[in-house]
Amino acid sequence: MAAAREAAVALDVARLRAGFPVLERRINGRPLAYLDNAASSQQPAAVIDAVAGYARAHHANVHRGVHTLSQEATALYEGAREKVRGFVNAASAAEVVFVRGTTEAINLVAQSYGRARVAAGDEIVVTRLEHHSNIVPWQLLAAQAGATLRVVPIDRRGAVDFEAYLALLGPRTRIAAFAHVSNALGTVLPAADFVAAARERGIATVVDGAQAVPHMGVDVQALGCDFYAFSAHKMYGPTGIGVLYAREAVLAEMPPWQGGGDMILTVSFEGSTWNTLPHRFEAGTPNVAGAVGIGAAIDYLGSIGIERIAAHEAGLLEYATARLAGVDGLELVGTAPAKSSLVSFTVAGVHPHDLGTVLDSRGIAVRTGHHCAMPVMEFFGIPATTRASFGLYNTREEIDALVDALGEAIGMLR
Amino acid sequence: MDLSDLYRDVIVDHNRSPRNRGRLPSATHHAAGDNPLCGDRLQLDVELSGDEIRDLRFECSGCAISTASASLLSEAVKGKSREEAAEIFGAVHRMLTGEPADVAALGKLAALAGVREFPARVKCASLAWHTLNAALAGGRDPVTTE
Repeated sequence: MAAAREAAVALDVARLRAGFPVLERRINGRPLAYLDNAASSQQPAAVIDAVAGYARAHHANVHRGVHTLSQEATALYEGAREKVRGFVNAASAAEVVFVRGTTEAINLVAQSYGRARVAAGDEIVVTRLEHHSNIVPWQLLAAQAGATLRVVPIDRRGAVDFEAYLALLGPRTRIAAFAHVSNALGTVLPAADFVAAARERGIATVVDGAQAVPHMGVDVQALGCDFYAFSAHKMYGPTGIGVLYAREAVLAEMPPWQGGGDMILTVSFEGSTWNTLPHRFEAGTPNVAGAVGIGAAIDYLGSIGIERIAAHEAGLLEYATARLAGVDGLELVGTAPAKSSLVSFTVAGVHPHDLGTVLDSRGIAVRTGHHCAMPVMEFFGIPATTRASFGLYNTREEIDALVDALGEAIGMLR
Repeated sequence: MDLSDLYRDVIVDHNRSPRNRGRLPSATHHAAGDNPLCGDRLQLDVELSGDEIRDLRFECSGCAISTASASLLSEAVKGKSREEAAEIFGAVHRMLTGEPADVAALGKLAALAGVREFPARVKCASLAWHTLNAALAGGRDPVTTE
């Protein structure tokens, strides 16, 4: 009820934009139209100030000091962890491991959980949609363990067939890893269904949530997954910090990932003992400033309401899809029925590189290339797409500017 | 940033209508160029007769800059000796990397001079040239400028 009421109150985008210092910039004499949010999002002043404020007044090393600053820093760090817990509705803060980002989170699962559980002849299921960060760690694990990757196919719309996924969940499958939302195509997977099917078969689930958490509410308990990974810098936070959510029962059984200080209770040459969860998986001095940043980003998103952001972005997606349909020779890549707020496309006779350069000259930031999803490009038989990805501060005017600039590029080059 | 400096008429023309496109059955030398991160790919067939680049052809899929550069290269070195081609390569390389170069002496290749103002695109322009070097040197591995 409250959520529906929230969504009904439209976003005051102009006011929100005023909170993002970088949006004041002019690029090549034009206002910046930042349409590359899937690559990384911009930070509001609230986040920047929180991080700077930490460095100005509260920094010290965490967990080990009795002095005041150390206690303040520890409280801020653990306070951020609790914010993350609430953000994804994890059952306990012991299930929230701070890492560098989604890539590190998945590598942690592969090397700690995977090395202990995956043996020769076992199988790991991924989809063709995956970002390289949810492919390569499994390839490395498979090579180490003597296991095989099985790949769920996609169709020409960029959707993943659920039946095809089910068909690949076999008696040797140990792990199913998939993206909640595809970074290259915007496809939204029915993650709860995918997780349930794997759980029924005793298969561990690893969900790449990097492209999901900025755009939709995520409840890891409702999803039922074993692991959920995401990055701060995709959700209006700073770079260098991300989260691995791991169900406590699973995390408790995992061998340590990195060794060092903080992840131990005692160290002696006769043997060392490990710290409790989640600290066992956080060796060394953490990125405390980053944790403060992700905490501030969570507060910021909470102050707006993720449902209102989702509604705004759905409008942008609809508008962009309609306007791009009018561009001669433009073909959308990624037309699944359920999509997040990005558009990937090709333009006949004009290479994405050239498009990107022309757009940049008009102040428009998009991404051109394979988007760290080479298997997706290979499926569509193209070297690259141009991708415009929308965030809470983007506007229809920016989409209009994109379409105008595309017209200019086509006129210049085709 | 002046886009017309990058996409000069000569560049646009050579991208739209690349010269010397295709394969060369009589090729004596061959090399491939590949910039996987940006998606520019190139196959170069060269027919060397003694010291002379008698003929060459290229197949490519890539951006306007890489295509135009390959096309301009093919016109510039056809009928030249290895040494002359090497000199032209040196001059083009200096021009692309912003070192002092006698741009006027390069004729149509001077159209590539604008690329140095767009550092992200230098590798696009230089791919064909490095591929030619590899072909003449008889190298086996695909060339990349990334």
